[in-house]
Amino acid sequence: MIRLWHKFGPVVTVVVTIFVIWYVMAVVMNANWAYDKAKRADVDLGFSELVSDTWSQKKPRLPAPHQVAVELWNTTVLKNITSKRSLVFHSWITLSSTLLGFAMGTVLGILLAVGIVHNKAMNLSVMPWVIASQTIPILAIAPMIIVVLNAVGISGLVPKAVISMYLSFFPVVVGMVKGLRAPDAMQMDQMRTWNANKWTTFWALRWPSSVPYLFPSLKIGVAAALVGAIVAELPTGAVRGLGARLLAGSYYGQTIQIWSALLMAAALAASLVMIIGQIEKITLRKMGMGR
Amino acid sequence: MNMYLIGAFVFWLAAWALNVWLSNLKPTRLTKLLVPVIFGITLLVIWEWVVRGLEVKAVLLPPPSMIWERFISDLSQLGSVQMIFADGPISFGCENSRLCADFIQTFIKGALSGYFIGCGAAFVTAVAIDRSPFLQKGLLPVGNFVAALPIIGMAPILVMWFGFGWQSKAAVVVIMVFFPMLVNTVQGMQAQTAMQRDLMRTYAASYPQKLLKLRLPAAAPFIFNGLKISTTLALIGAIVAEFFGSPTVGMGFRISTEVGRLALDMVWAEIVVAAIAGSAFYGVVALLEKATTFWHPSQRGQD
Repeated sequence: MIRLWHKFGPVVTVVVTIFVIWYVMAVVMNANWAYDKAKRADVDLGFSELVSDTWSQKKPRLPAPHQVAVELWNTTVLKNITSKRSLVFHSWITLSSTLLGFAMGTVLGILLAVGIVHNKAMNLSVMPWVIASQTIPILAIAPMIIVVLNAVGISGLVPKAVISMYLSFFPVVVGMVKGLRAPDAMQMDQMRTWNANKWTTFWALRWPSSVPYLFPSLKIGVAAALVGAIVAELPTGAVRGLGARLLAGSYYGQTIQIWSALLMAAALAASLVMIIGQIEKITLRKMGMGR
Repeated sequence: MNMYLIGAFVFWLAAWALNVWLSNLKPTRLTKLLVPVIFGITLLVIWEWVVRGLEVKAVLLPPPSMIWERFISDLSQLGSVQMIFADGPISFGCENSRLCADFIQTFIKGALSGYFIGCGAAFVTAVAIDRSPFLQKGLLPVGNFVAALPIIGMAPILVMWFGFGWQSKAAVVVIMVFFPMLVNTVQGMQAQTAMQRDLMRTYAASYPQKLLKLRLPAAAPFIFNGLKISTTLALIGAIVAEFFGSPTVGMGFRISTEVGRLALDMVWAEIVVAAIAGSAFYGVVALLEKATTFWHPSQRGQD
């Protein structure tokens, strides 16, 4: 019991505190509207009525957690998955472009890293630009990529995936270059004494030693890919996907809808990172690097 | 085949050969600078000539020369950035130059103010929870979790709360930079060795002394890492938040409306501004790091 408390106690306390603050803030932020309504109806608003009203408004400034939970339940479990009002449907749209972009970004990033490590000219010319491009707000070009690709006749999944790819590929390049260079001089010398060629050195030494570097980059990359997919859904006024839900919600003041889309996105991000974390654990253990 | 395409191809081969030759020389500072510059120029030239050679329409992809023209013509109308002291403390006048007005709205008002508030708040929080292992154990996993979330999705909510002006953009930036900064600072505060801590103990150092003489200096590389990550996040947050509603000025606003009007040269000019602002912002923080933590092992032994 005490060990459990030591492990989870602090986190649980913080999370519970956040929920308490959330409920209190819901009362504070929605109070104005509740008072206005009461004034028009000419009723005196007691504290308990105030609280119950602020926690159950239709378009609150800050919806209470249980309202969001109910909305989430209604739009995931109770709706048909293929329905346009189902959050599962929208999540799937976003998730599919996230995964496609993430896969493309990972492959591209690994290829580029392999090139950088093996080719001196590429190392000197590309690497500084890869690092410099991290300081540029790449997301700003998302609307343009969408519109331009649309104009050439490419629409739907691919333009969004391109943006996800763009965002997820930098962490992979940086992590992989570090990882492929991780073998120390001693190990490289060993390969040399065995007369191993570049190819064997890569598969037997460089690639395995880069794996512990690859996974943390993948975690950052997949989170970035999700952000990319969501932002990519904004500019064209897309009608499908979590980003579209956010945008539609903000147009019509449907705060509960915004929060549920947001929580869904958060859950998506968390589970993607967690899945990669699990794969990391298993892979590293099988490779004999696990702790 | 037309001349432009052949030219682009030949230029590419020549530049590639030059770069291979340069990188096989003894690496000096000059080659380290020259090679990426040649690579960048090559990309621009290929872009320019391929666009001209294939006659790609300007509404799809304008050539760099056209973007540069637009960038210069917009800024040349600027005259000078006037400071108007008439109303309020300082307001910048950017008449006639949309790029300048957008830059001030998005970068100075939105991103910078949010950056300072967010990083400052995160720093203070990190120092405050430093003394409580309980809070650290609780806040760190939550902070790490939140740092991986698509926080940019908070933008519509914050625009609703703080209105269309720059305040809502600053609020988005505050939330975006807070958690990476917090996690980095807290990690940094634990980055001393047992030996260093023991030394402080033998000196009978008080908590403030320990904080100022050991913990904060030892945390500096982590703090600067957080500050550097936050520069990019700040600009992204400020721009993307404008997609959810803004006054008729701002980089995000301009990008989304000009894309709608297919005036892609203006969009690219805006991206040039964003790129320059982003790299300069990062560069300033990196220089600051060099200037203040030159003594740290992570900064020594470079070049």
